[in-house]
Amino acid sequence: MKILVTVKRVEDYESKIKVKPDKSWIVTEGVNCRANPFDEIAVEEALRLRDAAMPSEVVIVSCGSAAAATEIRSALAMGADRGVLVKFDGAGPQSLDPDAAARLLQKVIEKEKPDLVLMGKQAVDDDSNVTGQLLAEYLGWGQATFASKRESLESEEEKAKKPGIAIEGGTAKVWREVDGGLERLEVALPAIVTVDLRLNVPRYASLPNIMKAKKKPIDELSPVALGVDTTAKVRVLSVEAPPARAGGQKVPDVATLVQKLKTEAKVI
Amino acid sequence: MANSILLIAEAHEGKLKKATLSALAAAREIAVRTSGNVVGLIAGHGIDGAAKELAAHGVRVLAADSAAFAHVLAETYGQLAAEAAKKTEATYVVAAATSIGKDVMPRVAARLGAGVASDVIGLSGEGATVHFRRAMWAGNAIATVEVTTPVKCVTVRATEFAAASAATGGSVEAFSFTPSAAKTKFVEFVPVKSARPELTEARAVVSGGRGTKGDFTLIEQLADELGAAVGASRAVVDAGWQPNDLQVGQTGKVVAPQLYIAIGISGAIQHLAGMKGSKTIVAINKDADAPIFQVADYGLVADLFKVVPELIAEIHKAKV
Ligand SMILES: Cc1cc2nc3c(=O)[nH]c(=O)nc-3n(C[C@H](O)[C@H](O)[C@H](O)COP(=O)(O)OP(=O)(O)OC[C@H]3O[C@@H](n4cnc5c(N)ncnc54)[C@H](O)[C@@H]3O)c2cc1C
Repeated sequence: MKILVTVKRVEDYESKIKVKPDKSWIVTEGVNCRANPFDEIAVEEALRLRDAAMPSEVVIVSCGSAAAATEIRSALAMGADRGVLVKFDGAGPQSLDPDAAARLLQKVIEKEKPDLVLMGKQAVDDDSNVTGQLLAEYLGWGQATFASKRESLESEEEKAKKPGIAIEGGTAKVWREVDGGLERLEVALPAIVTVDLRLNVPRYASLPNIMKAKKKPIDELSPVALGVDTTAKVRVLSVEAPPARAGGQKVPDVATLVQKLKTEAKVI
Repeated sequence: MANSILLIAEAHEGKLKKATLSALAAAREIAVRTSGNVVGLIAGHGIDGAAKELAAHGVRVLAADSAAFAHVLAETYGQLAAEAAKKTEATYVVAAATSIGKDVMPRVAARLGAGVASDVIGLSGEGATVHFRRAMWAGNAIATVEVTTPVKCVTVRATEFAAASAATGGSVEAFSFTPSAAKTKFVEFVPVKSARPELTEARAVVSGGRGTKGDFTLIEQLADELGAAVGASRAVVDAGWQPNDLQVGQTGKVVAPQLYIAIGISGAIQHLAGMKGSKTIVAINKDADAPIFQVADYGLVADLFKVVPELIAEIHKAKV
C-alpha cells in the first residue's frame, strides 16, 4: 500500500503571535515554525498502517518554501520513507491559498498514485479546514474528514499503537468526529482522509531514525513543472489583533461571585 | 432566478438546525448588499417539516427529499448543492460552519470553481463588495479576506450571527436531482446522548478541565442547576473522560453563551479561541496565574472540589 501524507510548515502554536503594525500579516521574525500538529497525527497513522501492511510506503508531501524541507525531514525522522517538496516562495499574504495547495497536491497525487492520502483536518495557521475536501473533489475521490477513533488516547489500543483507520477489502473504515457524536463511514480507496486530534498520539523521532532520515530522498517539484496556476481564490487583505477582553477581576469567595452574577452581570 | 444567494440548510431529526438560521442571517445580509435573493436548499429523507420551517423565514426553499440523501455524504451533497447553485445562478453559496458545512462546502466550491471563506465571523467591505472576517492562528489574528472568484462559497460561525427572524413570502418546491454513485458509504452513527441543551446553542455553559481529574459530577450538577450545557477542554476529551463532541476550542466547538464557567481549565489559547466570545466568563482555578483569569470577568482562585459544591448551593438559593 502506498500512503501519501501532506505536511504543512506553520508557526509553532506555542509562539506568541502578533499582528504587524501595518496589518499586512503577522510578525514572523523570531517565531518558530514546525509541522502542523494535525499533520503529525496523519504521519503517525500512516506509519501504523504501513507497518501493519508491509510492503508499503509512506510519502510525505509539502507545498511551501525551501524551509519546509525541515518539516518533511521531521516526518522522515518519524519513519516515513521519502519526501516531495513542491517549492513555492510566496510568503505572508502571498502564501499559497488552500485551493492552490489542493490543485498542486492533485498533480502530485496523479503522479504518485497513492492508495490513501492522509491530511490534517486543518492547519493551525489559517485554520481553514478546506484543503482535503477540495482535493477530494478535484480528484473525484471519496473523503472521510475528521477521522478519530472510539477508544481514548489513554486506551490499551492506543498504547499498543493500533491504527484507528481500518483498511479492508479496498476500503477505509473511518470513525469521524461530527456534531452530536461519532459517525462511521466506509470509503473506497483511493480516498482522502483528514484527521482529528483523537486519532492517535504521534511518536517522537528516535536518534537513530533522525540520522537515517538525513539520507532519505526529498524530490523537488515546482508549480510550473506541475502546470498549476497558483493564483489565490481567497486573498488575505489585512489582519488585525482580536478585540481584547477586559477580564482580570477576581472575587474573594463564592457568595460574592453569585451576588455579582446576579446583580452585575445579570446572568442568573 | 438570477443572482441568488444559495443557503445550504441542515435538518436534524426532521427539524431545521438552529445554526442554519444564523447562516440565513448572513445570507440575507449578503442578499441586501448585492441585490440578490436567498434561496434555500434542504436535502434529506422526510424533510417536509424542516423545509416548511425554513420557508417560514421568507425563503424560497428547494427541497431534495430522497432516500439518496438520507445520510449526509460530502460527495452527493456536494453534487446536489453545486447543481442547485447553477440552476439558481447563485453568486454566493452559504452554510453554517457545522461539521456538515465544513465537510460539504469545499466540494461545492471545487465543483463551481469558487473560492471558499470558512468559519466566517463577520462581513465587511462596501456595498456589493463583500469581504469576510475570519479568525486565524487560533484566534490570535482576525483576517479580512476577499474571495476573488465569480461564485463565492462561505461557511459562517453560527455564534457570530443572530438567528434570522420569521418572515413572509417563503415557499417550498421539490428539487429533484440524482447524484452519481458515491464512493463513500454511511455505516453507523453513535450519538452522544444528553438531556442537557446543545453546547453551541445553550444560554450557559459549564466546562471542566484536567483539574477535575475526570470527575464531572460537580460540573454536571452545576450545569443542571443553571440549565446549562456541559463543555470540556481538550485534555479532558483526549483522556476519554468526556465525549469528543464536548470539546470547546480552536479545533472543537465555538461557543458564545451568556455565561461560561471554566472550572479547572488553564486557559490555553486554543481553548480561549472557542469561548472568548462569551458574554460573561467565570473562571475557577487554584492557580492564581492561570491564563484563564486574564479573560475572566470573575475569577475565583480556589480548589474546585471545595467551592463548586458551595456555588451550586448558593445559586440554588439565589434562584428561590
Ligand atoms: C493543535 C492543537 C489544538 C488544540 N485544540 C484545543 C481545543 O480546541 N480546545 C482545548 O481546550 N484545547 C485545545 N488544545 C490543547 C490546549 O493547548 C491545552 O493543552 C488544553 O486546553 C489544556 O486543557 P486543561 O486546561 O484542561 O488542562 P491543563 O492545562 O492541564 O490545566 C488544568 C488546570 O486545572 C487547574 N486545577 C488543577 N486542580 C485543580 C483544583 N483542584 N481546583 C481548581 N483548579 C485546579 C490547574 O491549576 C490548571 O490550570 C489544542 C492543542 C493543540 C496543539
